[in-house]
Amino acid sequence: MNGRAQIGGIRSSFAPWEDPAAKPLVRFEGVSRAFGDTAAVRSVDLSIYEGEFFALLGPSGCGKTTLMRLLAGFESPDAGRILLEGRDISSCPPHQRPIHMMFQAYALFPHLSVAGNIAFGLKRQGVPRTEIGPRVEEMLSLMKLEGLGGRRPDQLSGGQRQRVALARALAPRPRILLLDEPMAALDRKLREETQFELMAVQQSLGMTFMIVTHDQDEAMVVADRIAIMRAGEIVQIGRPAEIYETPVDRYVAGFVGDVNLFEGRAEADPAGVRVVSPEGSFVAEGVATPGQTAWLAVRPEKIAVHAEPPPPGENCLAGKIVDYGYLGDWTTYLVEVETGRTLRAARANATRSVDRPLGCDDPVWLTFAPSSAVILTR
Amino acid sequence: MRRGPSTFNIASIVLGLAFLYAPIVILVIYSFNASRLVTVWGGFSTRWYKALLQDAQMLDAVWMTVRVGAVSATFSTILGVLAAIALVRGGFRGRTVFAGGIYATLVMPEVILGLSLLLLFVSVGLPRGFWTVTLGHTTLTLAYATVVVQARLRSFDRNLEEAAQDLGCPPWKAFLLVTLPLIAPAVAAAWVLAFTLSLDDLVIASFTSGPGATTLPMRLYSQVRLGVDPKINAISTILIGLVATGVIATYLVQQRAARRGDQRS
Repeated sequence: MNGRAQIGGIRSSFAPWEDPAAKPLVRFEGVSRAFGDTAAVRSVDLSIYEGEFFALLGPSGCGKTTLMRLLAGFESPDAGRILLEGRDISSCPPHQRPIHMMFQAYALFPHLSVAGNIAFGLKRQGVPRTEIGPRVEEMLSLMKLEGLGGRRPDQLSGGQRQRVALARALAPRPRILLLDEPMAALDRKLREETQFELMAVQQSLGMTFMIVTHDQDEAMVVADRIAIMRAGEIVQIGRPAEIYETPVDRYVAGFVGDVNLFEGRAEADPAGVRVVSPEGSFVAEGVATPGQTAWLAVRPEKIAVHAEPPPPGENCLAGKIVDYGYLGDWTTYLVEVETGRTLRAARANATRSVDRPLGCDDPVWLTFAPSSAVILTR
Repeated sequence: MRRGPSTFNIASIVLGLAFLYAPIVILVIYSFNASRLVTVWGGFSTRWYKALLQDAQMLDAVWMTVRVGAVSATFSTILGVLAAIALVRGGFRGRTVFAGGIYATLVMPEVILGLSLLLLFVSVGLPRGFWTVTLGHTTLTLAYATVVVQARLRSFDRNLEEAAQDLGCPPWKAFLLVTLPLIAPAVAAAWVLAFTLSLDDLVIASFTSGPGATTLPMRLYSQVRLGVDPKINAISTILIGLVATGVIATYLVQQRAARRGDQRS
């Protein structure tokens, strides 16, 4: 269905959201939902396209789960409407929506076998008895659960239960599969494997997935597009790289990855915008009205750490290392600058070296290119 | 380090159990008494059990009691499940009042309950008999059935019902296919409890029954007033056996359900 070269690979050609003629599979139009006085979701507009792996990312309580439950039908919007293939499904009960959900704690039926769990949705669809068996077997082999069809959920490991839950939700072939924090209960190694498996399944079936997560790494790995939520509103939607490299505000910049911020007054500069902050005056690409308060954001890995003073130039800070974390592939340095602030800089450990080139209390110089930083005005 | 129980502990347990169960043990022993005199041991015999089988009135009363118990337990279990759902799930106004209404019969003196039921039946002109006793017992046992089912429903994972709805079940079907099988042990326990309560009720039955609808406790009570017949010991022993079996069965069913629940979590 699409030109993905390899499983787990980035589909650079897949971008229906950039095509004005493309019809979205799911559309939220000004959807709001409040619980008592608390607005969980505030007039959200959102389009999800066929074949997309969409992630809703945000801290707990930001409304992402409510948004998912609105789509599943467990909540109904106070205002706005939800369209599936152009049809308004806002008042449609959950059992009539061709949308299935994988629950966070899996919610496997304990009184049914694995096969019974997977067949549950097929039976409700009225799939003929003779077809149910093969369909269940197909799901079992897709999920690498061969031979476990007769087990009860309480006889499975955590990873197996997770795959049964996925198989149960996928078996009736929903138009869109919702995944509510699907990997929250797995350990780190299993989580990474599962992320790739999930992408492989989504691509081999050509289905539309929407995942809700608070784990930014997870969202970055699996999703075609990410929507960042805060207090019931979508702050930014974009490809993982867009979110990471061009965040719209300080909230997004700080939520996805680490960031160093310099607050100051914006001034016009030939290279972009100059921010005059207590730490110094720095230049970055971006747009800001001269005189307004702006923030220059630069990610730790985009800051170069020098042991010797670099030749004079823009965007240079002197400081000393107060702490560092060696992660094997990367080393993160905490550098205290003259104003007493601590900045983060990361350096790839490109050569094998047990002797550290830099240690605590060593004087260092930090530099970054104007194109490596962004200007934020919010 | 483990110390054995002290003499005081042993004595208090023995005395406590004796206080509770000595009368019952004596009754069971005397039901096998060969002598016609209730208080004199005349050797082991099962003659009173045989005599019981020939006592048509007594057998009628047993049959009546079992029917009343089974029907009223079924009614109160169904109503109890519905009431429990409303209490656990319902976010409606007046929920507290509703809960109070359900549980009031737990503390209401049975005499009052029996009398008010009698007044009701008389005023609506319902002929007293099997159905009035059954309705009375349903009222009596409803609160107990509700408590038992409610306890289980409260710990029930609602995600399971949502998962069933998500996969295409209307709410009532999700309840039948997922919730009911999983709370079945509690529903069975509620039924057995209601049946047992109905079995040994005298007060409500006395108020609400009419001619031709004599339950076993009523028959026993009236017999005793005419003088203690050793047959009463025999039928009482059977009754105790029945109730004990019911209670133990309930316990085992719930234990098994709890163990399965443990494995799951």
